[in-house]
Amino acid sequence: MKKFFIGFAFVSLLIAGVLSYFASGDPDGLDKTVEDTGIAEHAQEHPFSGSTFADYALGGDDKFTGLAGVLGVIVVLALSFGLFWVLRKKSDA
Amino acid sequence: MHMSDGLLNAPVSVVFLVIAAAGVGFALVKARADLDDRTAPMAGLVATFIFAVQMINFPILPGASGHLLGGALAAILVGPWVGALCVTIVLVVQALLFADGGLTALGANVTNMALIGTATGFLVAVALRKIAERGKGGLFAVAFISAFVNTVVAATGFVVEYAIGGAGGVEIGKVALLMWGLHALIGIGEGLITAVTVTSVASIRPDLVYLLKGSRKPLEVRS
Repeated sequence: MKKFFIGFAFVSLLIAGVLSYFASGDPDGLDKTVEDTGIAEHAQEHPFSGSTFADYALGGDDKFTGLAGVLGVIVVLALSFGLFWVLRKKSDA
Repeated sequence: MHMSDGLLNAPVSVVFLVIAAAGVGFALVKARADLDDRTAPMAGLVATFIFAVQMINFPILPGASGHLLGGALAAILVGPWVGALCVTIVLVVQALLFADGGLTALGANVTNMALIGTATGFLVAVALRKIAERGKGGLFAVAFISAFVNTVVAATGFVVEYAIGGAGGVEIGKVALLMWGLHALIGIGEGLITAVTVTSVASIRPDLVYLLKGSRKPLEVRS
């Protein structure tokens, strides 16, 4: 049981930490749609666009995408595990 | 599929913030029944995996890419309520920590990807459950189809929101055509990622696949 969970977490770390460097930089389907139609002109700058890890980088330097990815994995794991553990039905054992 | 702030007008953004909050609140209540000492860690890992895979934009056309949304993947592995929460957590972390997806747009983004995407993926998967129970090929096919449909229907969420209160007054038919065309291609990627992930989990730990849970129940009752 533990082996499976550790393996699953490791795969996520590998994807976010390493494979993320090979991601396409082209706009995704929604971004492409709003760019091609001109809707994107109305897009507002993200309030946190100047924050440390904005756009999965470190201070705007995407050499550190993998690091941002690993941080994200840790944060999502901590938040979601915490939430689901609190919500769970406790076994009567 | 994360929209920035400003693409939808303020009233519509607020309406979808309320819809998203209501949907997530409802999911929080319903999720309890699906979470125990075994499934809670699995749910945390599913959310984490979706975050990681969403970082990987794959090319679909010259100049356009797509990434996993994860609704069907989450719904098949941990159920619709917990699944919607998994995708919501991912979207909140992306918006707050990585400035990916606007803040006033968070309601619409959660509505599309976490609520509509997960619900659609789950409904399709349940409708095809008999096929999924037949074996690995069946499960692969069902996961692929559920994920494909979840992508296109989630994209439709944006089309509807834009029709209600989008900025710029672009003809809705044009928006719909682009969204559907691009997301039909992205849906193939979503389908493949979901099918490979779900069948991999099923081959190691079939007991952790929510969609297959019911199939074992009659046997347990008889024994």
